[in-house]
Amino acid sequence: MAHNAPLIRHPDGLAARITKALDKALIEVCEAHDELHLRVARASIADVLTILRDDFAYQQLMEIAGADYPDRAERFDVAYCLLSVTANHRLTVHVTTDADHSVPSVRSVYPSAGWLEREVFDLYGVIFDGHGDLRRILTDYGFAGHPLRKDFPLTGYVELRYSEAEKRVVYEPVALAQDFRSFDFMSPWEGAQYVLPGDEKADAAPPPPPPPPPPPAAPEKPAKAPKAPKAAPKATRKSTATKSAPKKTKG
Amino acid sequence: MAETYDIPTGYAELTPDSANSAGDKTIGNYTINFGPQHPAAHGVLRMVMELDGEIIERVDPHVGLLHRGTEKLIEYKTYLQALPYFDRLDYCSPLGMEHSYVLAVEKLLDLEVPLRAQYLRVLFAELTRICNHMLNIGSHVMDVGAMTPNLWVFELREDCLNFFERASGARMHSAWFRPGGVHQDVPLKLLTDIGEWCETRLPKLFGDAMSLVIDNRIFKQRNVDIATVSKADALAWGFSGPMIRGSGIAWDLRKSQPYDAYDRVDFDVPVGTRGDCYDRFMVRVEEVYQSARIIKQCLNDMPEGPVASLDRKVVPPKRGEMKMSMEALIHHFKLYTEGFHVPAGEVYVATESPKGEFGVYLVSDGSNKPYRCKIRPTAFSHLQAMDFLCKGHMLADATAILGAMDIVFGECDR
Repeated sequence: MAHNAPLIRHPDGLAARITKALDKALIEVCEAHDELHLRVARASIADVLTILRDDFAYQQLMEIAGADYPDRAERFDVAYCLLSVTANHRLTVHVTTDADHSVPSVRSVYPSAGWLEREVFDLYGVIFDGHGDLRRILTDYGFAGHPLRKDFPLTGYVELRYSEAEKRVVYEPVALAQDFRSFDFMSPWEGAQYVLPGDEKADAAPPPPPPPPPPPAAPEKPAKAPKAPKAAPKATRKSTATKSAPKKTKG
Repeated sequence: MAETYDIPTGYAELTPDSANSAGDKTIGNYTINFGPQHPAAHGVLRMVMELDGEIIERVDPHVGLLHRGTEKLIEYKTYLQALPYFDRLDYCSPLGMEHSYVLAVEKLLDLEVPLRAQYLRVLFAELTRICNHMLNIGSHVMDVGAMTPNLWVFELREDCLNFFERASGARMHSAWFRPGGVHQDVPLKLLTDIGEWCETRLPKLFGDAMSLVIDNRIFKQRNVDIATVSKADALAWGFSGPMIRGSGIAWDLRKSQPYDAYDRVDFDVPVGTRGDCYDRFMVRVEEVYQSARIIKQCLNDMPEGPVASLDRKVVPPKRGEMKMSMEALIHHFKLYTEGFHVPAGEVYVATESPKGEFGVYLVSDGSNKPYRCKIRPTAFSHLQAMDFLCKGHMLADATAILGAMDIVFGECDR
C-alpha cells in the first residue's frame, strides 16, 4: 500500500463475523484496493443494512451510488457506502438490479437514504420499493429518460433557449454544429478492433483485371499484389488522427 | 349563554351558531416559494415552504437547478481531463474537491506521492478551508443582519485567492492538485508570504471581525437554539464536517482517517455542545485558527524534493526534460492525448472538505477514462434535513439555518 488516500484499518476478523451474521443474504465478500465490499441479495438489502447498523455500528449511510453495466444480466449496480464513526471503518454493500425489478428502500433504516435513492432513481431509473416520495431530484421538471445510463447520449435529446418570438424558454431537439468526437486510443499495431476507412475495400471483390499492358511494362505486374496490404498501414496512420466516433443522433 | 351579543346589522338573519363564526375565515396554511432567486438561498435553491402564519410547518427543497451533468461528462474524459470539473463543483473550495479525486485515482493506481507534494496539498487544502470559511462566516453573518464583518473577511478571502493565483495561475479554478502530486512547485516567496499572513494579517483581521459578532446580542438571538440537532439525528441523517461537530461528535476525517500529511501535523478538532446554528458557526471560526496552525506546521516541516511522483507513466515530465529526452517527449505526448490507464476496480475515497465529507466513488474498467465517477456532495445530506431543522421555526430563521449549513449549489447539484 503506497498511496496516501484516507487510511482505513479493517478490524480483525470483520469479514468472517459479517459473513456469519448475514448468513444467506450474503452473496460475496471481497477486499480490493484496501476496501471491503459485500454483495448481497437484492430482496434482503434493508435487513442487511439494519444488521450492519445495529450489530456492527455502521451509523451513517454516506452515499448510494448507481452504476450501469449494460452487458450484465442485471445491468444496474447499487452501492451503499456505510461509515462507522465508532469503529472508524467504511464498508460498501452492493446489490444488482435492472429496470424491471425494484430494490427495497432503506429509508426506514437510514433517513438519509431518501434523497440518495431519489437520485439513483432519477439518473438510472432504478425503482426503490416503499420509498414513498420517489420523485426526480437533479434533472429538470418534466425531464424524460435517465441520463446516467450508458445508452443515454452525452448531449441528451433536448436543448433549450429563450425564444424572442414566443417570449419564453422553448425546448428543441439537440442540433449540434459538430458531431461529438470521442477518440479511441487503440494501437493499430496491436490489433485495433475496427475497420479503418478504406480497409473495407481490401475484403471486397478484386477489381476487374486491368487491360493487358504493353510488353515492356510486364515486370511491374507482380509488384502490384504486395502493394495492396501495404496500403492498409498507411491508411491506418492517417486515419487514427481523424477517426471520429460512431455518429451521434443529430436532431 | 347569558351574555347577549351585539349582532351587527346584516348578520341578523344568521342563526346564532353561524353568527359566532361570522366574519371568520378558515385559514389554511400558506405555501410560499423561497427562491430559486433569493439572496439568502446561497445559489439556486427553491424551497417550497408551508407556513402557519410565520411558523414553518414543512419545507420541501427542490434542488438540481444547477445540474450540469458533471458525472456524465467525466465518463467521457480522461482522468486528467476530468480533474478541472472538480474545481467547478464547490467553487468556494476548489482544492478541497480536487483532493478527494486525486486521492481516489492514486488509490486505484496505488501511487505514492512525494512528501513535499503531500505537504503542499495539505497546506493549500487548509488555505482553501480558510477561504471557504471566510465566505461562509461572512455570508452567514450578513444573512442575519450584520454587514461589516462580511466586508472584512472578504479581504482575507481575497488574500487566499491571490495565494492560489501565485501557486497555480488561477484564482479559483486552480486544477493544481494532480494525480501523483501537484502541478508545479511554488516559489519560496509565496511560502514566506503565506507564513507571514498567518502570523499577522489573518489573526488580526479575523479576530477583529469576529469580535463584532460572536458576543453580539442580536447575532446570538438569531442563532442560539435555532435548529438544534442531536447527536443521534446528526448520525442518522448522514451529517459530516462542521454540521456533525457542531452537534458534539468529534469526527474529523483528517484525524480519524488521515490522508496525505495530515498524520504529521498537530491540530485540534473543535466541537459544539448544543448542536445549534451558533455552535456550527463557532466550530468554523475555531477551524480557521486550527487551519492556520496546520499551515504554519506545513511551512516549517516541508522538505525539499519533487512535487509530483516520478512515475512517468502517470505524471508528465516537465518542459525542460522534454527538450533533452526523446522518451520524455513521448511520455508527454501520450499522457496529454491518451492519458494514463487506471487498473480496474472501485474505490470510495472521502476527505474532509471545508463543508464536510466530500467523497468520490470511482469505478475504473482499466481504460483511460473513468467508467463511473459518483460524487458525494456534502450538501445533499445536510439539505435533506432542512425539513426537520426548520420545523417550528420562524420564516426568518430559515436563512440562519441555511447559512450555518454552508451549502454551495455547484456541489449539491453537480
